[in-house]
Amino acid sequence: MIKELKLKPQYVTLFITLSIFTVLFGISSVKFDGFFSMNVIMNLFIDNAFLLVTALGMTFVLIIGGIDLSVGAVIALVCMLSANLLSKNISPFIVIPLVIIVAGLIGLAHGLFIHYMKLEPFIVTLAGMYFARGLTYIINGDTIIIDNPFYTKVSQITVPFFGDSFINVNVIVAFLMLGISIYIAHYTKFGRNVYAVGGNEQSAKMMGLPVARTKIMVYALSGIYSGIAGIVFSFYMLSGYGLHANGVEMDAIASAVIGGTLLTGGVGMMAGTLFGVMIYGIIQTIIMFDGTLSSWWTKIALGALLCIFIVIQRLLVVKKK
Amino acid sequence: MNIKKITESRIFLPLVILGIIIAFNVIFNKNFFNITIKDGHFFGSLIDVLNRSTYLMLLAIGLTLVIATGGGGIDISVGAIVAISGAVSAALFAESETPSMGIGVVIIIALLVSMIFGAWNGFLVAKIGVQPVVATLILMVAGRGIAQLITDGQILYIKYPTFFLLGSSGYVLGLPLSIYIAGSVFLLTMIILKKTALGLFIESIGCNSTSSKIAGINVNKIKFFTYVFSGLCAGIAGLLIASNVKSADANNAGLFMELDAILAVVIGGTSMKGGRFYLPGSIIGALTIQCLTTTMYSVGVSPYVMTFVKSLVIVGIFFIQSEEIRKIIQNKRSKKNKNISNKIIVKEEIA
Amino acid sequence: MREIKPILQMNKICKTFPGVRALFNVDLTLYPGEIHALMGENGAGKSTLIKVLTGIESIDSGEVYLNGEKIKAKSTKEAQSLGISTVYQEVNLCPNLSVAENIFIGREIIKNGVIDWKEINKKAKITLEKINIKIDVTRTLDSYSVAVQQMVAIARAIDISAKVLILDEPTSSLDNDEVEELFNTMNKLKSQGMAIVFVTHFMDQVYRVSDRITVLRNGELVGSYPISDLPKVQLVGKMIGKEFDELADIHGNKQVELKKDEINVFLEAIGISNKGVIEKFDFNVDKGEVVGLAGLLGSGRTEIVRLLYGVDRNDTGNINIKGRTVNMKNPITAIKNGLSFCSENRKTEGIVDSLTVRENIILALQAKKGIMNTISRKQQEEIADKYIKLLNIKTSGSEQLIKNLSGGNQQKVLLARWLITEPELLILDEPTRGIDVGAKAEIQKLIVELAAKGMSVIFISSELEEMVRCCDRVNVLRDREIIGQLIGIDINEHNIMKTIAGGQE
Repeated sequence: MIKELKLKPQYVTLFITLSIFTVLFGISSVKFDGFFSMNVIMNLFIDNAFLLVTALGMTFVLIIGGIDLSVGAVIALVCMLSANLLSKNISPFIVIPLVIIVAGLIGLAHGLFIHYMKLEPFIVTLAGMYFARGLTYIINGDTIIIDNPFYTKVSQITVPFFGDSFINVNVIVAFLMLGISIYIAHYTKFGRNVYAVGGNEQSAKMMGLPVARTKIMVYALSGIYSGIAGIVFSFYMLSGYGLHANGVEMDAIASAVIGGTLLTGGVGMMAGTLFGVMIYGIIQTIIMFDGTLSSWWTKIALGALLCIFIVIQRLLVVKKK
Repeated sequence: MNIKKITESRIFLPLVILGIIIAFNVIFNKNFFNITIKDGHFFGSLIDVLNRSTYLMLLAIGLTLVIATGGGGIDISVGAIVAISGAVSAALFAESETPSMGIGVVIIIALLVSMIFGAWNGFLVAKIGVQPVVATLILMVAGRGIAQLITDGQILYIKYPTFFLLGSSGYVLGLPLSIYIAGSVFLLTMIILKKTALGLFIESIGCNSTSSKIAGINVNKIKFFTYVFSGLCAGIAGLLIASNVKSADANNAGLFMELDAILAVVIGGTSMKGGRFYLPGSIIGALTIQCLTTTMYSVGVSPYVMTFVKSLVIVGIFFIQSEEIRKIIQNKRSKKNKNISNKIIVKEEIA
Repeated sequence: MREIKPILQMNKICKTFPGVRALFNVDLTLYPGEIHALMGENGAGKSTLIKVLTGIESIDSGEVYLNGEKIKAKSTKEAQSLGISTVYQEVNLCPNLSVAENIFIGREIIKNGVIDWKEINKKAKITLEKINIKIDVTRTLDSYSVAVQQMVAIARAIDISAKVLILDEPTSSLDNDEVEELFNTMNKLKSQGMAIVFVTHFMDQVYRVSDRITVLRNGELVGSYPISDLPKVQLVGKMIGKEFDELADIHGNKQVELKKDEINVFLEAIGISNKGVIEKFDFNVDKGEVVGLAGLLGSGRTEIVRLLYGVDRNDTGNINIKGRTVNMKNPITAIKNGLSFCSENRKTEGIVDSLTVRENIILALQAKKGIMNTISRKQQEEIADKYIKLLNIKTSGSEQLIKNLSGGNQQKVLLARWLITEPELLILDEPTRGIDVGAKAEIQKLIVELAAKGMSVIFISSELEEMVRCCDRVNVLRDREIIGQLIGIDINEHNIMKTIAGGQE
């Protein structure tokens, strides 16, 4: 994180994001009783742990200048597949790695199509989205409950946190992924290559970087992240269902963009995505506390915020030129 | 008419694909071509397909123009606009059999709202310069939320008989009114494209926007317009759907229709990269997709499974389209090399 | 030259692309500790030679020796590891990464499975100090000017231990002070034994800093000369293929008196400039006048007309059309004011290749008339057929796809496009490029005829005879500035070349 804070232009966007969060938190604490507590923040993380994981994967894809519209569908597929296999009494220790590999393979397929067939990322991952959602329904058109003892036990584990709040395994996994993401992004060659290719693919090629390999692997990585997010989601919902995680792709993109990732590529911060998810979470929480607003307002508010950030990004780019 | 001319014409491949799908249809549903007369109008599977395909046709018309302007042009928010349009009409009719607002007014308002959302997309893409997929993605998701708000989270029922004429009970010369509506939009669009310079300009922009700009074409204005038009088409489709199911369901109206529309356009022969477009092909593509959907339904396949299959079809089409392109390039290259070596010899002789 | 073994020897290099013979039997010899300029006009083969050396393209025949050993670089990475590095005009680094990272990416220092940023930053700082650059290496590259970015690119090159450093158009985006600093760096590296290839259009700079020059023309080697043996005018001559003395006798055909008393000015540009692209200039064209812009490649001719036509925006100055100031914000405005622009890049800025010949011809006229006011199909065909005949366009008909026409005929279609808009000012940027001799003559005749009927023309051509034949006045450019003007009788190839080389009589 310290390394990331040193990068000045993103520091500004991060500051804006943090301010928005603080303001929202502040106003809500005044307006609603019981808002101002550690519990509220921790619940935010518990409810959105899966989103954080997905958004981190999405951040990598956005940095390289691509997009992955399949993430929500892959999460649903992973849930359904897990539920299905678990109901056949296959051990969680086989199921969990297996579904992550499946998700990773879907991502790999995306990467191969995008690079070798020179297709637009959005259309390939859009097809992937329908592929995964469809596959989910083929497995089972209804809901499958997960009652595997390992799953139920793990989902009930609580870890005490500050004050009298608590977090669960999902939150720990999500923050673990955050740490891993920061490591990959800033301390590995692969991560730096992602930034380089996203910044200027032509230059990266001329500097002798493995552009093709990096582009393909980034989508595979996003697939793996969606797979892990799917596992987290299955611990959270304890069921497989076709409409799970509907629209999550936009939430993930919005979280990354609000967190400072540029849609044009080359710029993005993992820590920023964390704050983007927190903003999504707090909007959700506000709507919940209000009680009168439909939950659809979350999506609309997020859409509006995403719009504003995109427009600001574009205007800054035009100004630079 | 020699064989080569037929096979090379742009309508050939889409018709072939349609033919294949119809053949499949007949295999699964032997009564496919049976048309009877009931209640004074034609009735049968074929009529049903025609009726339902009109929604897709409308979306495909709008989408064809958006894609044709190139630069990654796409509109994946059309499904959401369908939902919004239906929601607006249902909300205004307020479940009454004799609503206070006339049908004309309601239709105009619903279509205006659709065009405003289309304009919003157009503004983001043409004026701000946001990538079309992201700009329309925002509306794709937020738009459903807006539709939900309009219907207050419920499924709103429409009870106004006059409105039903549009999409369910209206028949002209025995055929559903929706066919005439879609047909009129198609014809009107074709006329405008050919009789004004719009068709030429759209093709020019899609092929080379820089050359078009230097030649004096207002690229941004035209791109903006295509998004407004796409919104309008989606709005009309939304009204037809709402009239057909006699309700507005913000969650399900137009769900996954964007995929079908893209497929229809691609099958019809318009390239995703922009430039040359083929509107009649998109219409045939829409018919084809609807036939496919109907076949699946009659076999008992769920809509989600269908989307799975369709995603495979899209991938397949991209394979075909790019293989062909590659082969053509390879052929041309070997021809070109022959020509070039001739040219070099000539050049050297002059020098 | 010193009696030292050359560090790089390229012998009889040949390279052909489909349709183009880029290099033919080109030799190049480089000695350590020299700055060697590589010059040539459009299509001379400079960039191909560089690409071949840097491993981006392979050679068809010929050999390359580095330090006496035969080499064959198959990729940039391989060339770099052999010791040949290139710094391009567009810098080719990643603007979003830090300075230190740009120097080290692809060869990061790893400690315990983690990138050691501390070490990278330290080493980057040291490398930059070697070329007298002291900056904060942790800031992103795009927070620095292009000049500094270039230094970073050079630092990367020398850190990968370059023996040969190729600088491809390094000064195009630099101001005078920055150019000085670059030259200081180049001299420092030269004194350390580096061989530097300096590819550029800017003649003054070549004479300031180079030891030797190699001139290419049409893919062939014209010669390599020590700088002291080659006066500027001879260099210009070698680049455009003319012997200087030969031209002394040829005078301009046009006898033009300046019509100073008539208010005939069509276009007047006052104090126009575009930062980093073109220096402040004044320019005017009278009704019925043919004004030429002469200069070597890169001197700024196209940049001027792009500003006049509204494709690029000017930072300073005004453009007046028939006395009225016009905000030339886009091509549509220009067209509505009677301008037209036939670009030199016919492929990217001219033809729309999926459209037919007819559609390409009527495109600008239709754009001028608007979407609603269509030209009927019958009229379109008439117009197209008329101009196909008039300009002798070789096509199977107006419905032929323009991409199937030869380059020269495509150019004629573009010309037709603009002619039918009946412009008051016709801007032609290299209109005869790639056209056969007969057609060239037709076009020049056409220009003179149009001018006689009252059309103003701005004419850019690399072929000086054409300029001499058609122009009433010629503005001469060098290094992004208008440096002189020739009028009437004074227009001849001798004078144009002399002015380009520096100074008028």
